[in-house]
Amino acid sequence: MTMNTQEMTTPTVNNGVNVEAILGAREALEATPQAAQFKWRAECSWVDGTQSQSTVSGFFGLGEEQSRGKEFTVDADHPEVFAANDMAPTPVEIVLSALASCLTAGVASVAQNRGIQLNSVTAMVEGDMDLQGILGIDSDVRNGFSAIRVTFNIDADASEDDIKALVAQSQKRSAVFDIITNPTNVFVEVG
Amino acid sequence: MKYVTTLIIGAGQAGLAMSKHLADRSIDHVLLERGRVANSWQSERWDSLRLLTPNWQSRLPGFGYDGARPDDYMDMPQVVNYLQTYARATNAPVQEETTVLSVRRTYNGYIVQTDQDSWNCQTLVLATGACNIASVPKIADAIPASIRQLTPLDYKNPGDLEEGGVLVVGASATGVQLAREIRASGHDVTISVGEHIRVPRHYRDRDIKWWMEVTGILGTNYREIDDIKRARKLPSLQLVGSHEGMLDLNSLSNAGVEIVGRVAGLHNDQLQFSGSLANMCAMADLKMNRLLESIDQWVLEHGYSDGAPPHRFEPTAIKNDPVLMMNLKDSGIKTILWATGYRPDYSWLDVPVLDHKGAIRHDGGVVDSPGMYVLGLPFLRTRKSTLIDGVGDDAEYLADHLVASLSRVAA
Repeated sequence: MTMNTQEMTTPTVNNGVNVEAILGAREALEATPQAAQFKWRAECSWVDGTQSQSTVSGFFGLGEEQSRGKEFTVDADHPEVFAANDMAPTPVEIVLSALASCLTAGVASVAQNRGIQLNSVTAMVEGDMDLQGILGIDSDVRNGFSAIRVTFNIDADASEDDIKALVAQSQKRSAVFDIITNPTNVFVEVG
Repeated sequence: MKYVTTLIIGAGQAGLAMSKHLADRSIDHVLLERGRVANSWQSERWDSLRLLTPNWQSRLPGFGYDGARPDDYMDMPQVVNYLQTYARATNAPVQEETTVLSVRRTYNGYIVQTDQDSWNCQTLVLATGACNIASVPKIADAIPASIRQLTPLDYKNPGDLEEGGVLVVGASATGVQLAREIRASGHDVTISVGEHIRVPRHYRDRDIKWWMEVTGILGTNYREIDDIKRARKLPSLQLVGSHEGMLDLNSLSNAGVEIVGRVAGLHNDQLQFSGSLANMCAMADLKMNRLLESIDQWVLEHGYSDGAPPHRFEPTAIKNDPVLMMNLKDSGIKTILWATGYRPDYSWLDVPVLDHKGAIRHDGGVVDSPGMYVLGLPFLRTRKSTLIDGVGDDAEYLADHLVASLSRVAA
C-alpha cells in the first residue's frame, strides 16, 4: 500500500545495525546470484556420554572460503532427568535459542530500516514436546516439537501495530523460522 | 508480406485502449487477435467470475459504463459484450482468428508471422495479458496420479469435479472464490494459504476500490515505489465481485473450509504445509489495518462526512494446531486446484527481452527493444495497470512515446 513513511531511515535512530551495508549487499548479490550461494558449517565431536562440542569457524560465501580468524564452540548435553551430566544445554534448547536469536536479529534490522529506535527486546521461546516420540513409546508421536511459541516484549519508539509489523517482517525474512516451519532434505552419511 | 506502422497483438482492453490512442494520433495500426475480441475473458475464466471492480470503474479511453447498476460487478458475458461494444464504437481494426506464431526483430522493426499471413511493422505493442499460463509449483509433478490436478484456466464450475475432497492451493482472489463455491457445492475443502492481502469489499459504506482510487493508492506511479520488483509480484486482493460481504479466511472457516499453511513439501505421498500460517495471517491483518488507517486519515484530511464511522474487522482466526501434513493416499482429497498465480506466455516472442526468470524487461511499458511496448502487466506504470480502468492511462503514455520514437526515426 502507500504507507511508506515508516520505511524511511531517520538518522537519529541507532540500533547498531548497518542497514546501508545490508542494502548494498542485497543490491550486489542481486546482480551476481552466484556470490549469494553460501555454505554454513559446524563440526561436532563427541565428548562423553550425551555430551558433545561443536566448533564453528569458516564458511563459504561470496564465491570463496571465508575465514573468521577465530573459532566458536557450542556445547550440548542433556539434563539429569535423562540420566546425563547436564554439562550444557540440550540440542533442542539450542534450536529454540537459534530461533529466538534469528528473529531478534531480524527485529533489530527491520527496526533500523524503518527508523524505529529500540530500547529493549526480549523473546521468551517455549517448545512443546511429547517424549513418547523420542523414547519410541508411541510411533504416532513425532520426535520434534508439536508447537513452538515465541513471545516478544519490545520497548520501542513506535506504535503497537508498528511493533507487531516488525515482528511479522522478521519472521518473513528469518532463516531459522523457515528451517523450522518448512521441511528440508537432510542427507546423513558415514565417511 | 503486409506492412503497417504499428501492430498490436491482442484485442482485449489493453489492445483496444492502445488502438483508440493510436487512432487519435493518426497512426495506422492493426490488432491481431487469436480468437475474438475479449477472447480470454470469454474462454479462459470460470463461470461464476465477476470483475473485482465495480461497473462505474470500468472506464476506457472515451468510453464508460452507462447502465443502471454502476455499483455492481460485470460477469464474463457482460465484460465480453462491454469490450466488443467498445471495439465497435472505436472502429478498432481488429483481425480476428489470427494467432501469432513468431515475432522477429529486423534492422528497423519487427516481422510478425501469424497462421494467416506475415506482417512487417515498425512498432509493436504486446497486449496479450498477464494471465495466459497458470503458474504451478514444481511439486505438482510429484503428486500421485490418483489425484486430479486442475488450474483455474481448466476449471469452469464445481460440476467439473469428481466427488471427494478438494485442496485449493492459494488464497488470493482466485483461491478464496473457488474454495467458497466448491465448499458451497458440498465438497470437503482445504485451502493452503501463503502470503495474501486481506481487504473488505466495503468500508464505511463505500466500495474498497472507490477508496483505493480517491486516496491515490490505485494511481500510484511505479517510480514512486521503493521496491518495484516486489510490488509487481504482490498477490491479488482477497476479493469477489459481489455485495455479499467479506470473503476472507474467517468466512471460509465459518463455511467449513479447513485452513492450512503454504504447500511446503511432499514426502512419501505426505503433503507438508508450512508452519508459517499464523504469521501470514498476522501480516495480512496488519496490512489491512494500515490500509483502513490511511482511508480514515484521508477522510479526516478531506472533511469527508458521508458514510459510516471507522471500524476494524475481527483478526483472522486460525486453529491452535493447523494441519501440517496430509496423506494424499488416504485423506479423501481427490482434486488439487492450483490457484497459485498466472504468468504471461511469450513463447512466440523470438526477441531477447526476457530476464532469467522469464519476465519481460521493460521500463513502465517501454520494452528493452526499440519500438516495442507492453501493456496490462501488474504495476506496469501504476497500481491499476492490470485493471480495465488503469490500462487507458498507460496506453496514452505509451502511445505518446511510440509517436515520438517514430518521429525520431523519420528525422
